[in-house]
This record gives sequence, structure tokens and C-alpha cells, in this order.
Amino acid sequence: MKFVGDRHLRKEDPRLLTGRGRYVADIALPGLLHAVLLRSPHAHARIARVDSTRARAHPGVVDVVTFADLGSAGRAMPMVPPHAELRGHNFAPLAGDRARFVGEPVAAVVADSRYAAEDARELLDVEYEPLPSAQTLASGAPAVHDDVADNVAGRVTLARGDVEAALRAAPRVASVRLRIGRGGGQPMETRGLVADWNAALGQLTVWASSQVPHQIRQFIADLLDLAPHQVRVLAPDVGGGFGAKLIVYPEDVLIPFLARRLARPVRFIEDRLEHMLAATQEREQEHEVTVGFDDAGRLLALRDRFVHDTGAYTPRGLVVPLLTASMLTGPYRIPAVESSFESRYTHRVPVTPYRGAGQPQAVFVIERVLDLVARETGRDRAQVRLANLVRTEDMPWHTGLPNYRGSGHVVLDSGDLPSVLRRALESARYEARGAEAAAARAEGRLVGVGVACYVELTGVGPFESARVRVDAGGRITAWSGVSTQGQGLETTLAQVAADELGVTPEDVAVIMGDTAGVEHGTGSFASRAAVVGGSAVALAARDVYAKARLLATRTLGIAEADLEQSGAAFADRRRPERRVTFAELARTAGAATAALGVEPGLESTRYFQPTDMTYSSGAHVALVELDPLSAIVRILGYWISHDSGRLINPLIVEGQLQGAVALGIGSALLEEIAYDEAGQLLAGSYMDYLLPTATDVPTMVIDHLETLSPLNPLGLKGVGESGTLPVPAVLASAIEDAVGPQGGRVTRMPLGPARLLDLLPPTRLGSGENP
Amino acid sequence: MTARPGLATHGVTAIVNGAERRARVIPRLLLADLLREEWGLTGTHLGCEHGACGACTVLVDGEPTRSCLVFAVQVDGCRVDTVEGLAGDGPGLHPLQEAFRVRHALQCGFCTPGILMTLVAYLRLHPAPSETEIREALSGNLCRCTGYQHIVQAALDAAAAGREAGASA
Repeated sequence: MKFVGDRHLRKEDPRLLTGRGRYVADIALPGLLHAVLLRSPHAHARIARVDSTRARAHPGVVDVVTFADLGSAGRAMPMVPPHAELRGHNFAPLAGDRARFVGEPVAAVVADSRYAAEDARELLDVEYEPLPSAQTLASGAPAVHDDVADNVAGRVTLARGDVEAALRAAPRVASVRLRIGRGGGQPMETRGLVADWNAALGQLTVWASSQVPHQIRQFIADLLDLAPHQVRVLAPDVGGGFGAKLIVYPEDVLIPFLARRLARPVRFIEDRLEHMLAATQEREQEHEVTVGFDDAGRLLALRDRFVHDTGAYTPRGLVVPLLTASMLTGPYRIPAVESSFESRYTHRVPVTPYRGAGQPQAVFVIERVLDLVARETGRDRAQVRLANLVRTEDMPWHTGLPNYRGSGHVVLDSGDLPSVLRRALESARYEARGAEAAAARAEGRLVGVGVACYVELTGVGPFESARVRVDAGGRITAWSGVSTQGQGLETTLAQVAADELGVTPEDVAVIMGDTAGVEHGTGSFASRAAVVGGSAVALAARDVYAKARLLATRTLGIAEADLEQSGAAFADRRRPERRVTFAELARTAGAATAALGVEPGLESTRYFQPTDMTYSSGAHVALVELDPLSAIVRILGYWISHDSGRLINPLIVEGQLQGAVALGIGSALLEEIAYDEAGQLLAGSYMDYLLPTATDVPTMVIDHLETLSPLNPLGLKGVGESGTLPVPAVLASAIEDAVGPQGGRVTRMPLGPARLLDLLPPTRLGSGENP
Repeated sequence: MTARPGLATHGVTAIVNGAERRARVIPRLLLADLLREEWGLTGTHLGCEHGACGACTVLVDGEPTRSCLVFAVQVDGCRVDTVEGLAGDGPGLHPLQEAFRVRHALQCGFCTPGILMTLVAYLRLHPAPSETEIREALSGNLCRCTGYQHIVQAALDAAAAGREAGASA
């Protein structure tokens, strides 16, 4: 392979660097109208009446729409995926008689400018009857949905072996309670849509800042009673997703509804406060864990019971807690496991996957357990991990736990987990760092080393599509059902296609996120785009290449052995002046008769349907110092060893890892979505919800292993989310090391300054060091 | 959006990326909206609209300025530089843009224009910054994708290239 594996510079960059990107807010159409949403100010309220008289009279206002105006579009949206234990509820394009979280859309105002629309929004008179709301995961809270009185959206137990017996038999047992708080993906571009109804064609065109344009098309078609071919959804340049653009939101159907109703193009751009209020979030869970182990630090039994906050609706069913529960054992061999959860409704923003999707919680839990076992047995934390890691000869490793899709079990397909950890330790000079930290602590500084391992479920099905075409002008185009939000897929998919076709990535135009490009598509999430999308592109490009060679042999009248490729042309090896270009072959194929023996068109559409998920793995080591006065954690060093199978583009993979670690640092130390007891958001801006800045994120040292996956043609594994998974765990480990045995234990995430102060050893509290 | 019968409007004249532009605007129109909606310069992005993320940073008379916090009328008579003008009229990239490309210092690209404009102004005044200084100069710009490491490297590369070009000139 020539381009797969190359640190190829990105094709998308010249456009994005010069301000020529085209994000959804950049799309302006003649006659464009602007929509803004009125959102519920109450966590739970009956909506008695909406009076739009004053708003409609405001200059520039074209329309005001409430639930009553939606007609047959006023239905709950479907849930993805279904689950037997799910008592699910999804939102409708606007709230009907009840609002269930602060920020739920109640009405839309459409005007000739956003300024006018926002002014008119102030003039909407809504009569709310506030109701008590569920702001706790404890039982007895007010019901979020009338038919789910106990607020339990689902209750699931996953098990391998008899965990109670194994715990009784274990020489040693320990327990810990762990809590993880809420955060969000927070892409720098908020969500947004432009919708345009073409009455002559009977067609809706919708530009959406989304990770799943095909799913949006389906939901629009369902709720607006249109055939799928009447709806074209395009994700243009998308300014980050991280899960915040993974689900189909009420606006994704509402804005197209408005465009059709008004027969005018309509734009909606969420502002940042709305994003904080209403974009889905994740992570909040409370775990009670009990572990059985022996004096050598070997894990014998693990029981985890947790409660998961799913918010007011379940657009993604039980996916997040199922991921946490099914991935609990991570990279470790544990003979008996039981992982059970209750997913509970609250009157808060719905919870759906964001970068990591339930897995950072699982990693935090199991890695806290490993540190606990190390402390209880007086053993080194890395050694305890090495003693429990799945060994290379155990691969493929059957964890015995059902996977989150219910399509089988979690089976680690490949990998060399001990080598990954050893290389991270070597890269960090773990023992020397430990000695340095101990020496610093002897001088009174709070310096510590942490280590954490992880596996990540990637390359999720059910399928991804690709269409590769050489047209009569010689242009090579690859359409993919995945979409890109900054992951560099325009480049990596071109690298894959280029190798299959014997051309360069610059010769291949990649088009993603356009439902008119490929009829079926799944989207970009679950670290799947390169794995499943890349495999589909490889298959389609292989077909095209085989067809091109066949046509070339016939056109030139030579045997295949005499065929020689030079760029986008084939020649007769013996008489190189006799050649035929891809463009000529495409023209031949475009008029293919039965006699030619091929179907028309130099193109192929293929689907890759992975038989199972493929699992990436890695280990992180961190060196931190905690400042006892400011309670700020400085990360002095960060080392990553990572195995995501074959690397299509190492430069891009490194960028993915660095960005994911930065996000993990935010979710470990800075970011928390907090609500008051009435469900009012307490962090509605970047002044009180802090994203990591350039001074918070350290330089990372990255080491790659490439253990090929046997589950796809190129041996790929996903990477996009991997880097996020172990960050809270490795920082917890390092901070606990820094505060020493006299300090506190890290039992919750995130760790803001107030919680860090609680961890300080008694000698560092009130020690009069404050000058 | 800029005019409606009965609403007062004001004339704005500015030198935008080297060329004079004029508009009549309502007093509360934000500079970002003037640039994007009236003048079609959509390279300037709005990430937070409260001055915290830095994506909308442009140069006003050479000073990095958050175009979401400035009214359009405030730039009357000023020079405004946006990402669209960074590379000049040629087909190539500005050395800082080139460094970003080589170092893979952007992913989704949404914060990138604001970061480029911030760094261009910073490097003009600080041709030999340390890594720590670059990180501090960047700390008012949020990037959710990259983890900043490649951005810092690109800025250091561009600074070094700038010094070399200066020395050989």
C-alpha cells in the first residue's frame, strides 16, 4: 500500500484555512428566513396556553408555530436502537401540553432576520403551570412520564459466572462507591439547519450540522409524510460533533417543517446558551462496586450496580448504560462478573452518547478498582494491571458479557495488551517518574504518577456504504455514508481509494454526508467511520479497479498480464504508446452493451457489514502536580501507547488522540453541567462551563502499535474516541498518588478545585502557607 | 436585516482586507453579522457569541478583536482584516496557514480562522516566542478538536520561518 500508512497532508485544509469552508450558517439562499425557538424555562410544567398575538404583530415576523400547528408532524420521534427492557419516550418537534426539561422547544418564531425573530420571541405569552420535577436519581421523585411512575427507563443485568459465590470464595474483598457527573461534547460550531422546500420538484433540501444525515432524512420523511427520495439531507463542513450532533433533534424535523409550510428557505442556528441548555449530554452515573481478589492482586470477582441518569427522553434508548455495563471488564480477565443498572428519567436534558459513550465511566470504575486492589495488596499499580490483563495468547478474548447492541458478546478480536502497557511505561520511564514523584513529595510537593489501561469498542455496524465512480471526464469520486466533523475523512478515505485504484489521494474527490450520494448510510459515531466507511470504500474501489482493468484489456485487445498502469491510464506493456485512460474507459462503460459483458458505468456501490465490533486498546501514564493553594492540577507529563490496528494516516490519528485526551482532561478537571434543585442550569456559558485551553493541555508523547483487526479488509480499528476513555482514570490515579496515603481517595469525577481541596492530606490543610 | 422602515441606520465605511467596503446598518448590528451576512465573509465564525471562544476574532486596526462583541458602527473608518485576506491575492497560503497545514493543526476548522488571526497579530509583535508564551497567547481561543499541541507546534514553526525570512531579507 502506497498511501495507506502515509502522514498525508489533509485535502480539506486549504479550504478551511482560507475561510472557504462552508458550514451550515454560511449557507444563504434567496429569500432566506430565520427561525428561533422559545424554550421552556421550567424543568417540568404544564403548558396551558401559548398566545402568539403580540409576537405575530412584530415587524419582520412571518410565522409563529406551536405544537398545535404541527398537525401530523406533532408526534414523538423514533428511538434508536430499540431494546426489550426499554420503557422509552422520545421528544416531538415541539413540546405539547408538557415541558420536561429547561430548554425543551415550545414554539418557533420565523422572521426576516434573526434580530427580529429574537425580539418577537420576547413577545410570546406562554402560560406555564410549573410542576415538581425529578432532579435526583433516588426513587420517589416526581414521574417524568405518566406511564413510567418509578422513572425507571430500563433495568438490565449482565453477568458472567456466579459472582456472589466468587465473592464469597475470594480471599479478599473490597468495595467502593463512585460518581461521575454530567458534561457535553461542546463542538465549537453549535447545531444548525437550513431547509429549502422546492414545490416544483416536491423536494426538501436540508443542510444539517449533523453526524447522521441519513437518519435525519428518515425522521423527516416519517414525520412529514414524505418519501425518502423527496428529502435530501446534506451535512456540509461540520464544526465538530463529539456526539452532540449524533441524535436527530426536534429542530431537525421542525425547521424542514417550517420551510415546507412557508415555501421559503429557513435557517436555524443554535446559540451557545441553547447548546448548553438543550444539546444532549452524558456521563452521570452512581456506581457501587465490590471486588474479590487474592493476595497477588489477581481479580476473582467483580460486581457493579449503578444508576444512570437518562434525562427526560431516551432518543438513544439504553445505549449509554449498556455500553458502561458491557465494557466494565475492559482489558482484564475476571472470572466472575455482574454488572447491573437502572436507567432513570430526570427532568433534565436527555442523555445520549458523547465522545466515549458510557465507556469512560466503565474505565473509571475498573481502573479505580485496580488502584484499590494495588493499595490493598501493597503492590505496584502497573504490576497489578499486568497481572490481570488479557494475554496475547488469550485472543480473541470472550469477556462473557453481552455487547450493547445485543448482537452477541463483547469479544476482544485482537491486540497485544501487555505490550501496550509495557511500552507506555517505558515511554514514560514509569519507575523513574515514580521515584521523582516520591522525591518531590518528600520535599513537601504534591506530585504523583498515574497509569490506566483501556479497550475501546469501535467499528460498529450495521453497515456503511460507498459509491466509487470514474466519470466520463475522468474524475474519480467516492461517496460515503459516513460524514465528517473534522476527523480528516476526506483525506483518509481518499488514501484508501487511491491505493485500490493506483492513483493519488489528490485524484479522488470524497463526498460525505449527502443522502443523494449514497442511498443508505449509517453515519459517524462510535469510532466507526474509518473502519466501516473505509472498508466500504476499499471494496467499491476494488470493484471499479477490476472493471477498469477488464475494460482496458478489451479496449487494447491484450491479455491482462500485458496491462500496465500509469496513473489514471492503462497501457500495453509491450507497446506503451498504446494506452487508454480512465476517462475513455468510463465512456466505454457508459455505453456498455450486452456484448461487452459488464454493466453500464465505471462505478460500484458496496456496503461493508462488519461481523462484529473491533476493539482498540491503549495505556496512558500521567505525571501531575497538585498546587495546594490554588487546588489546580498541573499535568507535567503525559504518555500514550495506543493500538488502533492499521493506521491509514498516523498524523491524523495523533491529532485524534491529542484532541480526545484534551476533552478527557476537561471532563476530569474542568467541565461539569450542574443544575439547581429546580432543574435550572447553573453553567450556561463558557464563563462557568470551562473548556480546556492551551494552558491546560500538556504536550503528549504518543507511541503506536499496529495489531491488525481480522474483522475487516484493511485490519482497521477505530480511534476517534479512544483517547478520552482513560483520562479521568489516569488523572484520578495520579492525583491520589500525589496526595499520598494521608490524603483522600478519588471517588468522583469531575474534580474541580473544591473537590481537590477535600483530597489534600491533613498536613496541607490550614498549614498557614497562604502568604 | 440591516434596514427596516422606521429604524435609524448608520453608514459604515471600512477597509476590509485592503479594499474599501460600505454598508448602512442598524445600530445594534454586530460586526460579525456585518462581515458574514452583508459582506459574505463567512470565514469568520461565531462559536459562543459571548466573547469566550475566540472563533470570531478579526483584526481591527491590527488588534485582535472579537467581532461578536463589537458593533458594526464601531469599525467605521477602521481597517478590518479577516481570514479571507490572510494569504493576500496569490493562490498560496500565508506561512502561518502553511504551518497549520503541515502540522495538522486543525481538524473541524471552525475555530481556525480566529486562532490564525490571533496568532498572526501575536507573532508580529513577538517573533521569537517560547512554547509557554504561545500557549498563553492562545489561551483565549478554544479548540475542541486538536488538544492544541499541533497548533503550538505550527505557531513555533511559523515564528521560526518568519525569523529566517527576516534574516535573509
